[in-house]
Amino acid sequence: MTDSDDVWKVNRERDGENQKFVSNFPEPGPVGKVFAPVAGFGVTIRNFFKPTVTEQYPEKRDTAMPRYHGRHQLNRYEDGLEKCIGCELCAWACPADAIYVEADSNTPDAQYSPGERYGRVYQINYLRCIFCGLCIEACPTRALTMTNDFELAGPTREGLIYEKQDLLAPLSEGQLDAPHPMVPGTTDDDYYKGDVTQVVDEQVAWVRENRPEEPTLPENRKAETARG
Amino acid sequence: MTSTADKATTQAVETVSLTIDGAEVTVPKGTLIIRAAEQVGIDIPRFCDHPLLKPAGACRQCLVDVAAPDREGNVRPFPKPQASCTMTVMDGMIVNTQHSSDTAAKAQEGVMELLLINHPLDCPVCDKGGECPLQNQAMSNGRTESRFIDVKRVFEKPLSLSSQILLDRERCILCQRCTRFSKEIAGDAFIDLQNRGAMQQIGTFNEDVLEFDGYEPIGVAAEDESGRAFSSYYSGNTIQICPVGALTSASYRFRSRPFDLVSSPGISEHDSSGAAIRTDHRRGKILRRLADNDPVVNEEWITDKDRFAFSWQNLNDRITRPLVRGEDGELHESSWPDALAAAAKGLRAAITGDEAQGAAVLPGGRVTLEDAYAYQKFARTVLGTNDVDIRTRTASDEEQDFLGSSVAAKGMGVTFADLEKAPAVLLAGFEPEDEGGIVFLRLHKSTGKQQVFSIAPFLTRGAEKLNATLLPTAPGGEGKALAAVKGSTDAAEALKEDGAIIVVGERLAGSPGAFTQALALAKRTGAKLAWIPRRAGERGALEAGALPGLLPGARAVTEASARTAVAQAWGVDSLPEAAGRGAAQIIADAEAGKVDALIVGGVTPSDLTGDLQAAIERTPFVLSLEVRRSEAAEAADVVLPVAPPSEKSGTFVNWEGRLRGFATALKTDAMSDHRVLDILARELGVHLGTGTVAEVSQQLGSLGAAAAKERPAAPKVDAPKVDAKPGAELILAAWHQLVDEGALQDGEPYLAGTGRTSVARLSRKTADAVGIQDGLVTVSTEFGSLELPVAITDMIDGVVWVPAKSPGSWVAQELGVEPGARVTVKGGI
Repeated sequence: MTDSDDVWKVNRERDGENQKFVSNFPEPGPVGKVFAPVAGFGVTIRNFFKPTVTEQYPEKRDTAMPRYHGRHQLNRYEDGLEKCIGCELCAWACPADAIYVEADSNTPDAQYSPGERYGRVYQINYLRCIFCGLCIEACPTRALTMTNDFELAGPTREGLIYEKQDLLAPLSEGQLDAPHPMVPGTTDDDYYKGDVTQVVDEQVAWVRENRPEEPTLPENRKAETARG
Repeated sequence: MTSTADKATTQAVETVSLTIDGAEVTVPKGTLIIRAAEQVGIDIPRFCDHPLLKPAGACRQCLVDVAAPDREGNVRPFPKPQASCTMTVMDGMIVNTQHSSDTAAKAQEGVMELLLINHPLDCPVCDKGGECPLQNQAMSNGRTESRFIDVKRVFEKPLSLSSQILLDRERCILCQRCTRFSKEIAGDAFIDLQNRGAMQQIGTFNEDVLEFDGYEPIGVAAEDESGRAFSSYYSGNTIQICPVGALTSASYRFRSRPFDLVSSPGISEHDSSGAAIRTDHRRGKILRRLADNDPVVNEEWITDKDRFAFSWQNLNDRITRPLVRGEDGELHESSWPDALAAAAKGLRAAITGDEAQGAAVLPGGRVTLEDAYAYQKFARTVLGTNDVDIRTRTASDEEQDFLGSSVAAKGMGVTFADLEKAPAVLLAGFEPEDEGGIVFLRLHKSTGKQQVFSIAPFLTRGAEKLNATLLPTAPGGEGKALAAVKGSTDAAEALKEDGAIIVVGERLAGSPGAFTQALALAKRTGAKLAWIPRRAGERGALEAGALPGLLPGARAVTEASARTAVAQAWGVDSLPEAAGRGAAQIIADAEAGKVDALIVGGVTPSDLTGDLQAAIERTPFVLSLEVRRSEAAEAADVVLPVAPPSEKSGTFVNWEGRLRGFATALKTDAMSDHRVLDILARELGVHLGTGTVAEVSQQLGSLGAAAAKERPAAPKVDAPKVDAKPGAELILAAWHQLVDEGALQDGEPYLAGTGRTSVARLSRKTADAVGIQDGLVTVSTEFGSLELPVAITDMIDGVVWVPAKSPGSWVAQELGVEPGARVTVKGGI
């Protein structure tokens, strides 16, 4: 017998291990004793008459509140250039260290955002993100905002690290996917001020010459619509 | 420094006492207010002030309230706030900074507001954002909101001062740190303030005015409104001292943010100065290197090579796993045990048996002290040979005797501080700017107070900046030139002054008698002698004994007592007695099939006049310890990967003899050479004991230095007379320029663009004799030829100078000769 066994023996004796269990509830009367087996159904029956709060997700999907903090989105200017300049302020602001950014220089051959700098690598790790929204507050170009998409689950850890292409805003009608040159005669300031409102012919011509297969080109969009 | 020495210096200096923010402070006379405030821990915001640059008072951010005693001794306040970075202290002065004076605080706030008027709000795209003094001080001393509503001044951006240095003029606050650095420290005054008023800006001069004469940069540099081309070996320092993001480097532009980076201190692997650097890396990738502050060595400056040349180690040809040549004749990745077994088998075959011709070791000149020690111990104890030589360059036995008798294991001799204080310096076979980097900066600091003499074919721009006097000498004639420094010549008189220094470079090995004469000159004049090699590992390898005739601690191989001492320390019966072969001899013998195995470290075949590639192919077994798949590694039988300097710890010994230990910056599983050799020795059944840096240090420490009689005798070699005459046959002069096509500068096009164009230099008389006016000249030997544009230079006749490994001028590979050889020069093509 070891020392610890001794201790346990003493403890058991002190606790009165063999004492009979005594409930704190008062002993029910004779009627109580009769209904005792079905008394628990009272709660169930009461709830038959209350309004339902269960949502039929995923068969029936409700929309979140407008300012719900859901999955992030990297926005674009009206001509399709990316707003992100790769400044990493979002990564700096992130309390969970969920964002990783690497910037690079725009070149005449590959202009992704107005100005000199763009975000080459952009990753958000949704296993780390706490959806606090400090990143979107930090963003100086309003490139990063949050959507209402809350369906962030997946079978792998890697899959929950969203890359830039997963986060970029979809291109609406009239927008042309980057890279392509800025609107001639404009500076990054004009873009920030919102003076660029649409794609111009020079940009379309440039993409047509360099990436004729680009699906966001007007003719390719048309072809796609015709097919689909 | 001891406390008594401290006392002695403070007593010698006249001091003054003043009050700053109510705190009494006593400082040496002539101290600036801003420095005095630093001593009592009071921070005054500043931009233009830099402790190593002369005061400018350009930014006005450091305004403080000052009251000083007048002639009667009444303390009277100055009517306006004063710039504390330009005003020296005086006794009884009362200084109130922004902490205690509303006037000072308001003045600083006003200056900050004015500085920010034209400063763009592009911090999110600016490389300085996060480590920007302007950003920080705008937060600490600025207004919370701007009152400025007009349009900001804009410039086209960025302006390429060189292929590496970019200038965003709109961010500039005109503090002039860059221009002052360029003028005062580097002596390359290519940029200065231009225009006036709101359009005042930093810009470059017209290169025609500067008379570049073959010093123009290779890369493109954008045109400024008044000039172009910023060509300096030290230009990267301007980026580091720029207090805003006006100066940025092309290689780091937009790559990262300071808060991403992990900083590790280190030592530069690029030259023998051992400059302290800071390596900034992110996710296992080096993004930039900066100068660290080491007042006794590099102060706060490093060369552009130290700063920008680091991508070589992470190129695609990096070796991460051992390679073994298979049955099919190709190199295949293999496991460490297999590769070690193959290496051991090959080496064992080369050293056992009656017909074995033995093995030889060529570690290369960039090894650390520990690696060099391991290579030579491996050669001597495992391979049983003294054939180990790090001098894969011009070398001679005379040089080895000189190094063994006068340099190795002598501790710290001449230091950087001595160079700075020396009244006279004689440079022989050494170009401070090209081959020393930091050495040039120290000498340049004393320009005007120091006489510099250069034994060289001509005055390079670096030597000109030092106001050097040329002792015109053709390569090979340095011995006679040193012998001629006697009697009442200017140089001889100057060198007799107390503290004078003779600097000899590694190139003197190509001049018979030069080291003998340098020793004689030092004795004759009482000047101190310093040997400054080019590569970082040379001095350490010398201390470690990685030379064929030298054991660790400068012991001569030929001395029996020295061999016994080392053998005892290593716990072996005896050491090989036969003096080893030098690197050139090893390569020649291997090419002739007289070596059975070669161990090759970081050696680039194209740097050698001997045909290392042929030697490797001819030798039955070659083991390469390499970082990258170099030419030598590609031809080897077994390649073991080793760590580049940033991924290992170790020690470089700089030319002073100062130990420059460095820790691992990036932790990877790459192993240092000394550890790989230790494992390989174990495979061969020998305990080398070089597994860790600590083990090697312990062994080196216990070995100590040689007794005087164990050292090699000082060399006694006659210096030949060199006859340099203009004609078709000229004497070849060549040395490596700081930025060239060396293997450690691979993968960095922006830096390569700041290197100087390759030219062939001839004197006017020589050019006339050969019949060259301008255009291209052909420099040729029986082996091959080079075609370079000619630059007529004020230089000794009968000599042609070309850069040793610059673009289009790979002397060793193309001409197959060393400097001092006769070459044929033809023009008019």
